[in-house]
Amino acid sequence: MELIYSRTKTIQEDKVSGFCPGCMHSTVIKLIGEVIEELDVVDKSVLITGIGCCGLHMDYIAYDTITAPHGRACAVATGMKKASPDSLIFTYQGDGDFASIGLAESVSAANRGGNFTVIFINNGIYGMTGGQMAPTTLLGMKASTAPKGRIAEEHGYPMHMSEILDKLTAPAYIERTSCNNPQNVMKTKKAITKAFKNQLEGKGFSMVEIVTSCPTNWGLDPMKSLEFIEEKMLPEYPLGVIRDTIG
Amino acid sequence: MGKGTIKVVADRCKSCGYCIKFCPKGVLAIGKNVNAKGYEYVEPVNMDDCIACAICGRICPDGAIEVYKN
Ligand SMILES: Cc1ncc(C[n+]2csc(CCOP(=O)(O)OP(=O)(O)O)c2C)c(N)n1
Ligand code: SF4
Ligand code: SF4
Ligand code: SF4
Ligand SMILES: [Mg+2]
Repeated sequence: MELIYSRTKTIQEDKVSGFCPGCMHSTVIKLIGEVIEELDVVDKSVLITGIGCCGLHMDYIAYDTITAPHGRACAVATGMKKASPDSLIFTYQGDGDFASIGLAESVSAANRGGNFTVIFINNGIYGMTGGQMAPTTLLGMKASTAPKGRIAEEHGYPMHMSEILDKLTAPAYIERTSCNNPQNVMKTKKAITKAFKNQLEGKGFSMVEIVTSCPTNWGLDPMKSLEFIEEKMLPEYPLGVIRDTIG
Repeated sequence: MGKGTIKVVADRCKSCGYCIKFCPKGVLAIGKNVNAKGYEYVEPVNMDDCIACAICGRICPDGAIEVYKN
């Protein structure tokens, strides 16, 4: 018998992830690990995590990680890349972290075209703190801070971070993917690979926005959350390459 | 024996059901046994039909499934 698939060695062998059942934070960190193994850059990889459920990676992965103050991961990555230009530097941030409290740092770093990578986890909610509304929450979607659902007149509209950053001049590559089925998992892996290669080749700022789920705070079981992604999230956040100046 | 064999690392499984939904050959099902965290973990019920496509391994958020080619 020949082993053809097993969990990446970039996750500590004896650990079980701390994420809720079906949470795709777990899927994405597994894909990141597979990519850095395949590119043979595990030893020079530094994951800069935001604050939120992404922090549950801290004691789970088996390579270097720094936790940034809430929202400031892109600023930390900017400094880290200057201090250690040969390292593969990537942030891993939720939507509350990247698009709300960290909006200024995120947009400014993208505008400078910093040669690092952002992995942006859009689950439409503040997961860790109990389901408050995020900038990405869909219209009509319930949150603990919007019990009747998001209302445009009161809360504004869902923010499309990939399209917003595409208005800037500097970014090299922006793609939106999901992990809701096997095809999209493979596309996400391909996008992460491309984004990391861009950095290793000095091409500048890349971001992969990944539409994921938060079954717990969406109040759905994992299977229903797959349907919610397909039927509600993806029409608002269409998948595909949004910007590619490299080809 | 079929083309493939899968092994479930029982303690990693959280019973989300994704692997069952996407396995093209109906090889997997939620079993009756419970792991250390209290989840009824997935077990193969139809291993002879496994084609070693590794879809179950790739879709599993928690890396609970190892896939072997026979
Ligand atoms: C300065 C500061 N403000 C607020 C918090 C509380 N807080 C922790 S995580 C979080 C939101 C995380 O949401 P998101 O980035 O979407 O991550 P998710 O858990 O959904 O993956 C907030 C508001 C904090 N830790 N620090
Ligand atoms: S609260 Fe939501 S985002 Fe956090 S681990 Fe659970 S499902 Fe994932
Ligand atoms: S390898 Fe393919 S056929 Fe075999 S159990 Fe997994 S998904 Fe099913
Ligand atoms: S996908 Fe993984 S965690 Fe979910 S039921 Fe299957 S083996 Fe268990
Ligand atoms: Mg979130």
